[in-house]
Amino acid sequence: MSTIKAGARAAPRRISLKARTREGRFALALLIPSIVVVFGVVIYPLIKTMITSLYAVTSPFPGSYPFVGLRNYTTALTQTEFWSSVLRTLYFTVVSTGLELVLGLGIALLLNAPLRMRWVFRAIVVMPWALPTIVNAALWKYMFDAQYGVINAALTQLHLQDAYRAWFSQPFQALNIVILADVWKNTSLAAFFLLAGLTTIPRDLYEAARIDGETAWGSFLRITLPLLKPAILIVLVLRTIEAFKVFDIIFVMTRGGPVNGTESVAFYTYQQAFSNEFFGYGAALSYLIAIFVMALAVVYVRLLRSDREVFA
Amino acid sequence: MAPSRAYRIFIHVAAIVVSLVFLAPFAWLAIASVSLQADLLALPLRWIPSHVSFERYQQIFSSTGDTIFANFRQSLINSLIVASVTVVVSTVVGLLGAYAFARVRFRLARATLLTFLATYMVPPIALVIPLYLIMVQLHLLDTKLGLIVVYCSFTTPFVLWTMGNYFQTIPMELEEAAQVDGCTRVGALVRVILPIARPGLLSTMLLAFLIAWDEFLYALIFTSTDRAKTIPVAIAEFTGRYSTDFGLQAAGGLLAAVPPVLLAVAFQRHIVGGLSAGAVKG
Repeated sequence: MSTIKAGARAAPRRISLKARTREGRFALALLIPSIVVVFGVVIYPLIKTMITSLYAVTSPFPGSYPFVGLRNYTTALTQTEFWSSVLRTLYFTVVSTGLELVLGLGIALLLNAPLRMRWVFRAIVVMPWALPTIVNAALWKYMFDAQYGVINAALTQLHLQDAYRAWFSQPFQALNIVILADVWKNTSLAAFFLLAGLTTIPRDLYEAARIDGETAWGSFLRITLPLLKPAILIVLVLRTIEAFKVFDIIFVMTRGGPVNGTESVAFYTYQQAFSNEFFGYGAALSYLIAIFVMALAVVYVRLLRSDREVFA
Repeated sequence: MAPSRAYRIFIHVAAIVVSLVFLAPFAWLAIASVSLQADLLALPLRWIPSHVSFERYQQIFSSTGDTIFANFRQSLINSLIVASVTVVVSTVVGLLGAYAFARVRFRLARATLLTFLATYMVPPIALVIPLYLIMVQLHLLDTKLGLIVVYCSFTTPFVLWTMGNYFQTIPMELEEAAQVDGCTRVGALVRVILPIARPGLLSTMLLAFLIAWDEFLYALIFTSTDRAKTIPVAIAEFTGRYSTDFGLQAAGGLLAAVPPVLLAVAFQRHIVGGLSAGAVKG
């Protein structure tokens, strides 16, 4: 390059600056398709929803609606209905994610154990996770059906209960059944992430621990768990964020009932916007969900941050 | 030291129990789909159908006109088209961006990636109303193209993240060697990096397919007829309308489950490989 002639002191800087802008342009060129595909779709609705949340919009169509400032937000934050949906969602999130993590860890350990025909077991474990959410919801709704469900049939024929039960008639019980359906499907995902983490742990560590007289339980606590921390955090991030936005499975299994017993925040928002046509209020609610999930994500990114630059 | 006999028995028993818990609902789905309605509604329930009938599948595959069966078939086809095109578009687009994050140094790289990922936090319900109005204006309502455009907006950030992670695990030297041999950087990406990244690419495409196949809320709001209605919407509507026709629900559900479950089982090795290479490294 001709810059070599320009003198030893000036050259490196000029090259690096020039190179840096060139790199910047190259990155931009590579990223433009993604930017168009993602933000081209997302940006306008995000802004529009933000604006809508400041007005008392009561129909899906353009028109002039009274400006109410932050009142949609304050209404939500002072509404017991809103807070009880938040509490239900938190319960759903904590219990389902917790169970998925614990059961997923057990299954991951099994998947990592010297099983015969391990690939068969792995293929079976992957199946519930691939089952579409809506099919899963319809399937469990049917299995817990009060008159024709297999759960009632099995429990009665095994004499574990005397009569058929209306499983979805008690709000709290209905919520727990929704959690069961969610855990059955999503434990697989947790197991696969944790298995991926397990396979990165060197076997020698366990050998060394055994020579030092560590018990199996001891090496699980002192080797497996600490080294699985990144994988556990990834599962927590993915599952809590998904769980907090839970909508599909509730839409099919219970429609929020009985007596709002399974109404999640997202379902409450959907009801307010689409059934009651309080679009301004619904927009404010969806922003509240987004803010909460974002706050959760920020905490997680902090926890996950390692010394790698771009990828946490 | 070989693992003890008791331990070996324990893990195999545990694996069998877990397998049964996972397989039983699938088995019931399959049984219900070929049982007669009378058997499914019988009290006490007949676990083994008195008569096996594939009629529901036959009707779904061959029925013509505006029947529930033909609608089911059409929504399956719609889902296949929407999910496949979404995967292809978002993979091609996302690969380029992922390469930029993994290999090109530029300012605000981390902030840019986080902004992409932040779109994942936004609940669909926050976007669905304005998007609906745009779709009306652009005549994209109730079209497959409309769904594909929206789906790409959330599968692309996913591709950026997983493939960006995966590219970082591939040694830089391979690419540099290709460039010394006269490849351009994009040429090196296509000819050197992509073949090595195949496991990660496969698992990313599989996951993107499952995400698109699974999507419900947008499809529920944006589609209304056979033109674009996807299988989750068809099943949700059906369970609402014919709530006791369990046999048909089961047959439809099973058909909706076949493409994603088959793909996941076929590529299960890559799922773990893809995940361990990228996301989970500490």
